[in-house]
Amino acid sequence: MDLYSALQYVLFLAIVTALVRPLGGYLERVFSRTPTVLDRLCLPIERLIYRITAVDPNVEMTGTQYATCFVFFGLVGTLLLYAILRLQAFLPWFFPEYHTTQLSPDLASNVAISFSTTTTWQAYGGENTMSYFSQMVGLCAQNFLAGAAGLAVGVAFIRGLARQCSGTLGNFWVDLTRALLWVLLPGALIGAILLVWQGVPMNFRPYAVATSVEHSQQVIAQGPVAALEIIKNLGTNGGGFFNANGAHPYENPTPLTNFLEMLAIVLLPAALTNTLGRMIGQPRQGWLLYWVMIFLFSMGLIFVRHFEQRGNPQFGGVDLQSSSSQSGGNMEGKEVRFGIGGSALTAVVTSNTATGSTNSMHDSFTSLGGLVLLVNLLLGELVFGGLGTGLYSMVMAAAIAVFLAGLMVGRTPEYLGKKIGPAENKMIMLYALAAPFFVLSFTAVAVSSKAGLSGLTTNTGPHGLTEILFAYSSCFANNGQSFAGLSANTVFYNLTTALVMMAGRFGLAIPALAFAGMFARQKNTPSSLGTLPTDSLSFGILLTISLITVTALSYLPALALGPVLERSVFGT
Amino acid sequence: MAKKKKAIWEWKIVGRAIWDALLKLNPHKMMGNPVMFVVEIGSVITTALLFKGGSAFKFNLQITLWLWFTVLFANFAEAMAEGRGKAQADTLRKARAETIANRILPDGKTEQVPSSKLRSGDVVMVSASEFIPSDGEILEGVASVDESAITGESAPVIREAGGDRSAVTGGTRVLSDWLKIKITSNPGETFLDRMIALVEGAERQKTPNEIALNILLAGLTIIFLLAVVTLQPFAIYSGSPQTVFVLVSLLVCLIPTTIGGLLSAIGIAGMDRLVQHNVLAMSGRAVEAAGDVNTLLLDKTGTITLGNRQAAEFVSAPGITAAQMADAAQLSSLADETPEGRSIVVLAKERYGLRGRDLAAHEAQFIPFTAQTRMSGVNLDGREIRKGAVDAISKYLSEHGTGLPKEVQSAVETIARSGGTPLVVAENRRALGVIHLKDIVKGGMKDRFDQLRAMGIKTVMITGDNPLTAAAIAREAGVDDFLAEATPKDKMDLIRNEQKQGKLVAMTGDGTNDAPALAQADVGVAMNTGTQAAKEAGNMVDLDSNPTKLIEVVEIGKQLLMTRGALTTFSISNDVAKYFAIIPAMFAGTFPVLNALNIMGLQTPQSAVLSAVIFNALIIIALIPLALRGVKYRPMGAAALLRRNLWIYGFGGIVVPFVGIKLIDMVITRAGMA
Repeated sequence: MDLYSALQYVLFLAIVTALVRPLGGYLERVFSRTPTVLDRLCLPIERLIYRITAVDPNVEMTGTQYATCFVFFGLVGTLLLYAILRLQAFLPWFFPEYHTTQLSPDLASNVAISFSTTTTWQAYGGENTMSYFSQMVGLCAQNFLAGAAGLAVGVAFIRGLARQCSGTLGNFWVDLTRALLWVLLPGALIGAILLVWQGVPMNFRPYAVATSVEHSQQVIAQGPVAALEIIKNLGTNGGGFFNANGAHPYENPTPLTNFLEMLAIVLLPAALTNTLGRMIGQPRQGWLLYWVMIFLFSMGLIFVRHFEQRGNPQFGGVDLQSSSSQSGGNMEGKEVRFGIGGSALTAVVTSNTATGSTNSMHDSFTSLGGLVLLVNLLLGELVFGGLGTGLYSMVMAAAIAVFLAGLMVGRTPEYLGKKIGPAENKMIMLYALAAPFFVLSFTAVAVSSKAGLSGLTTNTGPHGLTEILFAYSSCFANNGQSFAGLSANTVFYNLTTALVMMAGRFGLAIPALAFAGMFARQKNTPSSLGTLPTDSLSFGILLTISLITVTALSYLPALALGPVLERSVFGT
Repeated sequence: MAKKKKAIWEWKIVGRAIWDALLKLNPHKMMGNPVMFVVEIGSVITTALLFKGGSAFKFNLQITLWLWFTVLFANFAEAMAEGRGKAQADTLRKARAETIANRILPDGKTEQVPSSKLRSGDVVMVSASEFIPSDGEILEGVASVDESAITGESAPVIREAGGDRSAVTGGTRVLSDWLKIKITSNPGETFLDRMIALVEGAERQKTPNEIALNILLAGLTIIFLLAVVTLQPFAIYSGSPQTVFVLVSLLVCLIPTTIGGLLSAIGIAGMDRLVQHNVLAMSGRAVEAAGDVNTLLLDKTGTITLGNRQAAEFVSAPGITAAQMADAAQLSSLADETPEGRSIVVLAKERYGLRGRDLAAHEAQFIPFTAQTRMSGVNLDGREIRKGAVDAISKYLSEHGTGLPKEVQSAVETIARSGGTPLVVAENRRALGVIHLKDIVKGGMKDRFDQLRAMGIKTVMITGDNPLTAAAIAREAGVDDFLAEATPKDKMDLIRNEQKQGKLVAMTGDGTNDAPALAQADVGVAMNTGTQAAKEAGNMVDLDSNPTKLIEVVEIGKQLLMTRGALTTFSISNDVAKYFAIIPAMFAGTFPVLNALNIMGLQTPQSAVLSAVIFNALIIIALIPLALRGVKYRPMGAAALLRRNLWIYGFGGIVVPFVGIKLIDMVITRAGMA
């Protein structure tokens, strides 16, 4: 590995690891409503919000109530966004000459669902579709709200694991408010200033028209980019201001902004593992999940960089070695300013974290590089994952390993002192079934229907299958990044992907919250030598293997006919 | 531990199991097992398609047959597990055979009625060599009873009215004397009936963990169903559609048939293992709870120590020779038939060479122990020898103007502090010395408790002794904690307290006053010699009435859960190899490059699919002995157990099918089957 990539990766992981503990502690204090540094600023605003909305912050909710509020909040957000999008021609900052893509009912509903589920799947190009009003009041606001709602659910889930003999998981409105005031707004403010310093625009001017060196006219899109840019990463949403997303120089001008944006994505989900450890009073349990995440993350990073740096073997005889004069490897679809190293980092971060803010064209990755990204999506966004949602994804996926390992030590299975009985297992399996059901079924429908196949405008064969599989995987994972190549702005794809996005958001959060509610009601069994240690190296290894195995077993046939076949046939 | 090892493959049981396996094909019965039900549906589909004709008939026929074999093998496993219980139930049924009972009418007359007509509350008279017609409580009489029909123990036991040995069981036989019994159960609800139902598994209900595991297996089955059903559209898209036979084969290979086929056999066999240890669990739930137990309450007497205290040492007072002391101690105990008394005589003989003497030649007058004096002794040739507890003797001495010498006093304290019981011996109102009675801890108990500790189980000794004595024995036996001067209420409080901390508690008990605690405990093992109340309160009955067996019960519970976990892990790990066999076989025809995935080098696509299916069916048969016997249990901590089982069943589960499928492939290609 070249020194630049290696340094970048080590530095990235070191910063994340160093910040997990303080950030995790901060999140714990925020959500247990104990004093924090921001209280003097935020407490008055919080009180005001509760007075206006008539929320009693001391009333706690059961798992069912919490889930209901979450779903309700998501639906209201969707409708609101839909209205804004459909009416954008009548709202300020609309430039009819540039915003030429029609927001048809199916596209608008797709976008509305996409942003209110943090998927931010974009079947449109930002600069030629969205007015500044839509970008700011519609999309940017949803980035904050949906991100905060996800964090709230994650926190409620942790409470379920931590509490005993309790019927409730906290108050959704309080968690939502605190996630916004104490976490996302201050974080976004700091981040946006850093981005503006690096050259990300933040203005409301119409697009600039410039004359290029060849004397041709060039329209340069701009706008309030920095505001959206930071929260799309911090809230693990990922929908870009521009069509090129993180590859666009105004979104991601320098290697430093790329690095900072990746940190913004990973920090909060990573810190939540520590919040979990603190809230259950066993920090090691949190660290175990963290190191399993880091392991899977690093493996992905190493593989993707390796496959991309190795380049395309079809270029026989071409020098693909990296040297001082060239980055070498497979540079197709990658930005020169990020190189293979920065592109691989972003690809792995975004594919793992339900964030679609890619800075390279994943469709142009080598088949095996792309396979790793696809596997990241299929793993279930549990390596850091979405904000709040990543943590419960990890625990719910880990539960199968816990169940089997628990039996193998001769006890009825338990995790963190709580028993996994028939009721809990139902939720675990509902959770586990959702992804294969939606991803595989819809991919199957798409490849066997005319409407689905008509989206394959650039590629057919195994690569086409991968594109479709990637699209539904990404939507279910609430990730939103696309493999591109697929013409997705059709009624068929707009509606089916929207459905899959909703399933990925609510179809997972509901069983997770139900599971947390069951755990909260239980009494803790004290651990002893006879208890399965879920914070040991051997459990970590078991967990890692079982996460990979369960994913591989579910999707192997599909993967074999997609990327694996492509690799075998074309060698790329 | 009277472990009766039975051979797994007994011809009689196998024969019946084969027939039962066929009967179990009834879809209504199969529905209880979602995994195997899917296999049965698959088999039906392929059978139907077989008759539609088409190409590759030989291959399709073989696939279909092996699919049916898979279902039959799973049914056979379950039938095998049930078979042993059924054989035992047959023996028990013979004991239940109709007998004629002598019912005593309210007016005192007796009438002869068939035992099946007896109701709870009836009173019957049973004489020597008659069968006891139903469960009951003895009202009058003492008799020796042959309970071998239930316990398998041929030595007769004494049953008598009053106390903790007053319960009798229907189907046992009075050997001598007679008993007047009040019947306590109605027909069909007797202990024997329940026992037959239990060993036969007729009312077997799925236990919570079994249900949870079944949910997991059903979920995995659906996931694989989705993977296989959607594979066909992908295959068509790729220009390589598959036949239903191949798709069903892939599905059956992927879904966890190994554990699905063996799951109920594991549960039945677990209960059966308890029965072989002569323990009857009233519910499977109790067996699972046994695996989870955190705290064991063990009665000191009989479990940790031998039944009784034994004399360990004579300490003589100043001015008294050891021989004098031994002589007096022996004389005072010659007529004392209690085990303590006998142990004093034995000690005098072993240590001081004093033989037993015939006191008939002397004018001996024995003073028996009474609750008032709390002393016993002998008056002999003008000597007045007494022995008794310290306070009793010192009271006796002070009444006559003397007291305990200081040295004797301090000897008494030393003995008491070491956990022993001091008995003071006095002759002619003068203290001669102290007998040190000691609890003898059973051999090997310390190791046992160390193992339990390694398994994370805390042991608490329950005793009526004072705290000092209790502490000393607890230390010697190596238990973690003790409850001294325990009353039934203390026991109850201890259990509640542990449970409040989220712990599961197991205990044994026999007396009526144990009943509430037995009912409160998560695992309550009642002794068969115990009262009816105790037996009804507990969720297990130990027919041997051996309290140490609680430890084995815990081990069997753990073994049951481990077997489930291990075979599930094995089953899922197997899928890796099966994918490598079947996926290249499916697509290598259209995309020869995918043959690179055929890392086993299987001969032809057909032989690859067939080998995977055959392996999948045969592995069920191969694992039946493991399912019935349970995986080997070793007392060790959870971390070590996990590592061990992961290696054997996880890693082994990945490797074994690669070898197995390759071997089968070699065999069937050589045999020309594919």
